[in-house]
Amino acid sequence: MAQPAIPVSRPLPVTIPVREILPWAIFAAVVGLILVYFVGAEQGATHLISGHTVHEFVHDGRHLLGFPCH
Amino acid sequence: MPTMRSLLVRGMLVGLAAALLAYVVAWFAGEPQVAAAISIEETKAAATGEAAEPELVSRTVQETIGLLTALLVYGAALGGFFSIAYAFAHGRLGALGARATALVVASAGFAVVYVTPILKYPPNPPAVGNPDTIGRRTALYFTMILIALLAVAVATYAGRALSPRLGGWNATLAGIVVYAVLVGVSYALLPRVNEVSGDFPADTLWWFRVSAFGVQFVLWAAIGLLFGGLTERSLRRHVRTEARPHPAGTA
Repeated sequence: MAQPAIPVSRPLPVTIPVREILPWAIFAAVVGLILVYFVGAEQGATHLISGHTVHEFVHDGRHLLGFPCH
Repeated sequence: MPTMRSLLVRGMLVGLAAALLAYVVAWFAGEPQVAAAISIEETKAAATGEAAEPELVSRTVQETIGLLTALLVYGAALGGFFSIAYAFAHGRLGALGARATALVVASAGFAVVYVTPILKYPPNPPAVGNPDTIGRRTALYFTMILIALLAVAVATYAGRALSPRLGGWNATLAGIVVYAVLVGVSYALLPRVNEVSGDFPADTLWWFRVSAFGVQFVLWAAIGLLFGGLTERSLRRHVRTEARPHPAGTA
């Protein structure tokens, strides 16, 4: 049974070792959580910076992204 | 094999592009509802003789640069998270290619991180919600996101463990059932929150929630489709470059 030579048109994914993903995952999770915190919760339920300016600035985004706002 | 660095950069850039698309939905569908809710809030405040709140950030800034900044920051973060989840899934979802894998990851992410929490704690427009309970409501919302993430981790583990016995398709269905049971139990155990006053217009509330859903839907869909398309393209280019030193067929 001769197999016809099939040209590779669609690359099959090769897995990325978990050990290579982990450091990036931790880094991205930390940075990502800080970003989401400022959009979703800063000067709402809790605050790192006093006042309401951050809350008021991202106000509409916080409502429309589904976070409890006030 | 794509490098983790290129995937993360691609995820964050795609997140920014998705945020621009989400802004279009937020502007045309969401902002009219926010404006309607704010005018209700102001009418109410005026009727009770309450002094108007000092405007720290003008409405114009809130609905333009403020909203856009919030979406861009959230989009970049989401794109980053997405690329990590994609890296774990890449090559591990049977024979699925880059585009299909990205679409599966985006659909699952949307269902877990957004749809699951909002079915219990739906988003509310301005004028809805008691400021005194913001701490509790925020904690409950984030708890629900955390529960959904834990549930999907357990479901994935269960699905992978069952897959040799049940086969890929049925093991996936079993995993979804595990997820649904865990989420259902959490829904039943967590307290209900309803702070919508009886006189708030149902129509404004409904369209606000639909448009908030639309904003997140467009964000996730754009991330999944753009990320998949770009990753597929870069993999194909990679295959071509590798094939170049050994051209098929000789003259």
